[in-house]
Amino acid sequence: MENRAHFRTLWLGVALILPQLLLVLTFFYWPTGAALFWAFTLEQPWGGGSQWVGLDNFANVFSDPFYWASVGRSLVFALGAASLAMGIALVLALFCDRQLRGYAYYRTALVWPFAVAAPAAAVAFRYVFAPEAGVFSALNQIYPNIWNPATNGTHAMIMIIVAYGWKYIAYNFIFFLAGLQSIPRALIEAGAMDGAGVLRRMRDIQLPLLAPTFFFLLVINLTDSFVDSFGIVDITTEGGPSKATELMVYKIYFDGFKGLDYSGAAAQSIVLMLLVMGLTFVQFRYVERKVHYK
Amino acid sequence: MRMFRRAAMALAFTTALGVSADAGAQQRIKFELWQGLTGDLGERVNDVCKRFNESQAEFEITCISQGSYDSAVQNAIAAFRAKKHPTIVQVFDAGTTDLMLSGAFYPAKQLMTDHGQTVDWSRYFPGIANYYATSKGELYSFPFNSSTALLYWNKDALAKVGKTAAPKTWEEVEAISRELKKTNTPAPFCFEHDTWQMLEQFSAIHGLPIATRGNGYEGLDAELVFNKTRFVDYVKFLKKGLDEGIFAIKEKAQGATIGEAFAAGDCQMTMMSVAGHGTIGKTAKPGMNWDVAMLPVYEGTKRTNSLVGGASLWALSGKSKDEYRGAAAFFAFIAKPESEEYFSTVTGYIPVTIPGFKFMQDKGFYSQSPYKGREIALESLTASEVTPVSRGIRLGGMIQIRKETRDALQAIFAGQMTVEAGLNQAVERGNAILRRFERTYAGKQLP
Repeated sequence: MENRAHFRTLWLGVALILPQLLLVLTFFYWPTGAALFWAFTLEQPWGGGSQWVGLDNFANVFSDPFYWASVGRSLVFALGAASLAMGIALVLALFCDRQLRGYAYYRTALVWPFAVAAPAAAVAFRYVFAPEAGVFSALNQIYPNIWNPATNGTHAMIMIIVAYGWKYIAYNFIFFLAGLQSIPRALIEAGAMDGAGVLRRMRDIQLPLLAPTFFFLLVINLTDSFVDSFGIVDITTEGGPSKATELMVYKIYFDGFKGLDYSGAAAQSIVLMLLVMGLTFVQFRYVERKVHYK
Repeated sequence: MRMFRRAAMALAFTTALGVSADAGAQQRIKFELWQGLTGDLGERVNDVCKRFNESQAEFEITCISQGSYDSAVQNAIAAFRAKKHPTIVQVFDAGTTDLMLSGAFYPAKQLMTDHGQTVDWSRYFPGIANYYATSKGELYSFPFNSSTALLYWNKDALAKVGKTAAPKTWEEVEAISRELKKTNTPAPFCFEHDTWQMLEQFSAIHGLPIATRGNGYEGLDAELVFNKTRFVDYVKFLKKGLDEGIFAIKEKAQGATIGEAFAAGDCQMTMMSVAGHGTIGKTAKPGMNWDVAMLPVYEGTKRTNSLVGGASLWALSGKSKDEYRGAAAFFAFIAKPESEEYFSTVTGYIPVTIPGFKFMQDKGFYSQSPYKGREIALESLTASEVTPVSRGIRLGGMIQIRKETRDALQAIFAGQMTVEAGLNQAVERGNAILRRFERTYAGKQLP
C-alpha cells in the first residue's frame, strides 16, 4: 500500500515545485556556473578584465602540497566528527529508547543543541577550550601546556571536532530515536522472553534494523562536515595554529574573500564539490549494498 | 487593551514626527560611505559623518559600517560589480594595490581639482601620504585613520629593575626582560604572530627591504627578500627569548590579546598600534603607570621612519557628478584642522597633516592625558626622510602573503621548523602569490 499524490493537471505540480526549483537555480546552479567560469580564468577582483588560463588554476591547486594537506585534514575531520557525533548519538538514542524514568525530558533536551547556530556554539567552545581562561586553565596550572590549542595543532583539531560534533549529536539523536521507535516492540519483547539481556538485544536486534537510518546519517554527516565546519573554524582557530585546522572550505573562504584570489578559490570550490559528490556516490554504491531495508 | 492602544498611538505619533523631520532633509544630495570599523571606532567615524551633515545643507552623507576592513573591501567589490557601490569606500593598506590597478576609482588629486577644491598636497606627512600615492607622489586616496606601531611599556614593572626610561634597543629589551624574569614578573615582553609589527615595521625602521623594486612600488615583478635580511636574526632573537622564558606569545586563541594582557598587567612590554592607546587608557588596571615609546631598533642602527597603518578613503568611479561634488566637499571637510583634532580626540588615530598636528600641539592637546604619548607616533613616522623602503608596501596578494608569513612564524615559534626553513617557505610561497598576481594583471602597470 503506497501513498502517492496524483495531480490531474500538470501545471499544479509544476507550480508547486517551481519555488524550490527557482531557489536551487539561483543559489546553486547560477553560482556554480560562475565559479566554473572563474575557475578557468584569472579574475581581477574589481572587474575590468580577466584572462583565460585553461586548466592552470587546477594545476596550481593540485600541485600545491599545502592543498593536499588540507584535503587530508578535511577527511580526518569528517571521519572524526562523523564517528563522534554518530557514536554518542547512537548510545544516547539506544538508552533513551528504553523509556526509563524521565525519558520524555531527555528526549526533548537532547535535541536543543542543534538549534544553536554554529558560530554561537563556536564562541562558547572557544572559551571552554581556551588554555588560560577556560575550564582547562586549572589543568594547565598543574601541568603547564598540557592543553593548548593555540600552539598545538592536534589539540586544535580535537577542539573543532568536538565543537562541531556537539551540534550533530543532537541531529543524529532524533533520527536514531525515530528509527528505533519504528522497530516493532514485539521483536524486542520476543528477544527478552528468550532471555536476551539489554546489550544483547541492542547488538542483535536493534542495531541491524537501524542500518538504513545509519546509512542515511553517515551520508549526511560526512557531506555536511565538509561545508558546515566553516563557522566553527572561522570563530575558533581561523585555520591555525600554522594551518593545523585549515580545512578545504576555510581555505576557499580565505583565498577568495580575504586574499581576493577569486579564480583560485573558484577552482578549489569546484574540486570540493566534485569530492563531496564522489564521496556520496561511493557511499551509495558500496555501503548501501550492505544495508537491509525492511 | 488600553496599553496596546496607547502604544499604537505613540508609534503613529513618532512616525509622523519622523516623516515630517525627514521632509526638510529631502532636498539634500545623498551619497554613501562604506567603512570597515566597528564598535567604538565605528561609532566615531559615524560621528564624523554626522558633523559633516550638520556643517552644511547641500549634501548628506550616510556612513555604513561593513563590519571589518575585509568585509568593506569585499562588499564594495561585490557592489561595484553590480553597479550598486557607494561613492566613497574605506580601504585598508593591503587592499590598496588591487584597487590601484583596477582603475575603478577617481584619483583624489583629480577629484579635488575637478571640483574646484584647492588642496595643498604637501600638507600631508610624507610618511603617510606615500603609502597611498603613485610612485611619482600623486595621491590617489585620502589618508583618513592613520596609525603606526609603538612600544607600550609598563613603568611600574621597569621601575622594579631600576629603569625609568623605555628601552631604545632590542639588546636593552633583552637585558630588561632577563632582570624582570628574576623578579617573577609575568611576560616581560610579549608579542603576537602578526607581521605588521614584526616584519613590516621592523624592516621599515631598520631601513631593510621586504621585497625588491622598492617594496613593489616600481613594478609588479617584485620578489620577496625578507629571508635574507636582518629580519632572520630578529626572528632568531625572538625565538631565543621565547625558549628562555623571558618573552611570551599572547594570542586571542589563548585567552587574551597583547592589548588585553598589557592592560591587565600580565605583559610588561609589547608592540601595538597607537590606535589602541585610548582603549588601553580606559581598560588598564587602575593605578597602573604605563607609557608609549618608539619601537626599539638594534644598537647602532640609524632609525628610518615607520610605516603608516590604518586605512584611506577612495572615491569609486561610476557615480554621478552631484555625488562627486559631495565627496569633494566631504574630503575638504575632514582635511580641516578642527576635524582632525576631533577625530584624534575621540580615537587613538593621529592627525594626517602637518598643519593639523601643529594646530593640536599649539593647543596643548598632547600635554594632557589621556592623549599624552600619541605624538610619539608622529615622531616615529617622521624619524627620517621617506626612503624607497619606508614609504610603504605595494605588493599584490598582500593578505595572502601576510598569512603565509604568519603561518611560517607560528610553525617557527612552535618549534616545528627552523627559522631559516620557515622564512624560506614563506618567501617561496609569497613569491608564487606575487607571480600569480602579476599574471592576473598582465599588461597593466603600477601607477
